Amino acid sequence: MPDTAWHIIEVVVMLLLPLLMAGGLTVVERRLLGQLQDRYGPNRVGVMGEMQVLADAVKLLGKEDWIPPFADRPVFVAAPAIILMSVLASFAVIPLTSGFAVADLNVGLLFFLAMSSLGVYSVALAGWSSRSKYPLLGGLRAAAQLLGYEVFMGMSLLGVVMMAGSFDLSTIVEGQRGLWYVGPQFVGFVVFFIAGLAETRRTPFDLPEAESELVAGYHAEYSAMKFGIFYVGEYLGITLVSALMTVLFFGGWLGPILPGWTWFLLKTSILILVVIVVRAALPRVRYDQLMSFGWKVMLPLTLINLLVTAAVILAT
Amino acid sequence: MVSPTIDLVIEFALMLAIGAAMAILFLFISHLLAPKSKNPNKDQPYECGVVPESDARAPMNVHYYLVAVLFVLFDLEAVFIYPWAISLRELGTSALVEMFVFIVILLVGYFYAWKKGVFEWE
Repeated sequence: MPDTAWHIIEVVVMLLLPLLMAGGLTVVERRLLGQLQDRYGPNRVGVMGEMQVLADAVKLLGKEDWIPPFADRPVFVAAPAIILMSVLASFAVIPLTSGFAVADLNVGLLFFLAMSSLGVYSVALAGWSSRSKYPLLGGLRAAAQLLGYEVFMGMSLLGVVMMAGSFDLSTIVEGQRGLWYVGPQFVGFVVFFIAGLAETRRTPFDLPEAESELVAGYHAEYSAMKFGIFYVGEYLGITLVSALMTVLFFGGWLGPILPGWTWFLLKTSILILVVIVVRAALPRVRYDQLMSFGWKVMLPLTLINLLVTAAVILAT
Repeated sequence: MVSPTIDLVIEFALMLAIGAAMAILFLFISHLLAPKSKNPNKDQPYECGVVPESDARAPMNVHYYLVAVLFVLFDLEAVFIYPWAISLRELGTSALVEMFVFIVILLVGYFYAWKKGVFEWE
């Protein structure tokens, strides 16, 4: 059955590509942060340090896979698996190029939101099941932060949905032939970018794992590959959010001359680099600032954006 | 190609199955290769070297619970707005007015929570 074979090719591409990107990102981020902070970063393994990811993987495999005797064993083991599964499943709806998506779902955007909500379970359960104080605090913080930012993450996308008239990601990309949605939906883009940083627990909002106060937050008790999965999961999350921003605001695969997937990968890579530079540029916010910023500024802003977009659409 | 719906289910099942298989594979390889060593000093929660005083299952700030309740409220609201956003063009201006009223009612509760200090953390 050629259909089945094609499905399998799509699935393998959409699983391996994000994993490879996330693996490569672990090195790219450390190198880039090093350059931005006027130091070298990892430059010993391979020519420019790009083989560091292999060295890291081998090292993680060689570490003791310690499950704390005081921890809740099944939950402790399941937590990293949940984050990997939920993020990888989200990639199923991302259209790499015209007609190339594992599942061209007509509610693709809702599927993404549902899967990103599942990620909350992973960090909250990891923190709780560790039965240790720092992870517990990190897990609680992560849960409150992710829930708070989840609310307006979903609503910030409604402007795009209204303009395209669909939740289907391919239709949304096709709707941007004349003008990328980042123009008319600039407020929505900014809100989604900030929410995306908070959802992937990136630096201005990396309170759940703030090294200076919580050591490593929710994964303080994790070691070996379980820690590795959390680590890769964070970069998978960044890749996912960047890919989604490309699809929703930057015209996905649309672009002149080059084939669609190169444009998609190019735009996604640029957005990922922006996320990394943000980490180098901004300090960590305080937790009360984080929560009140989300609820008091971003949520009203999203609601206003929603109503204004609706009014403009109806007026034209 | 059986039917579009079944096709979608198969695609998602494939994606989830391979994703789960990868997670299990990673954990299993790590479990096989990793060295093991026992030491009673390792068998306690990490607290920067200080001997842990009490169990980590301590009562937590009620604020986290309030945030969870607010999340349920606002996410339900979002769920209500999704279908509205899709069919806005067909429904026309009356839908916009109705949504405006809906959001104003919601904002009453929102400002109540604000005044009650739900968004303030000390």
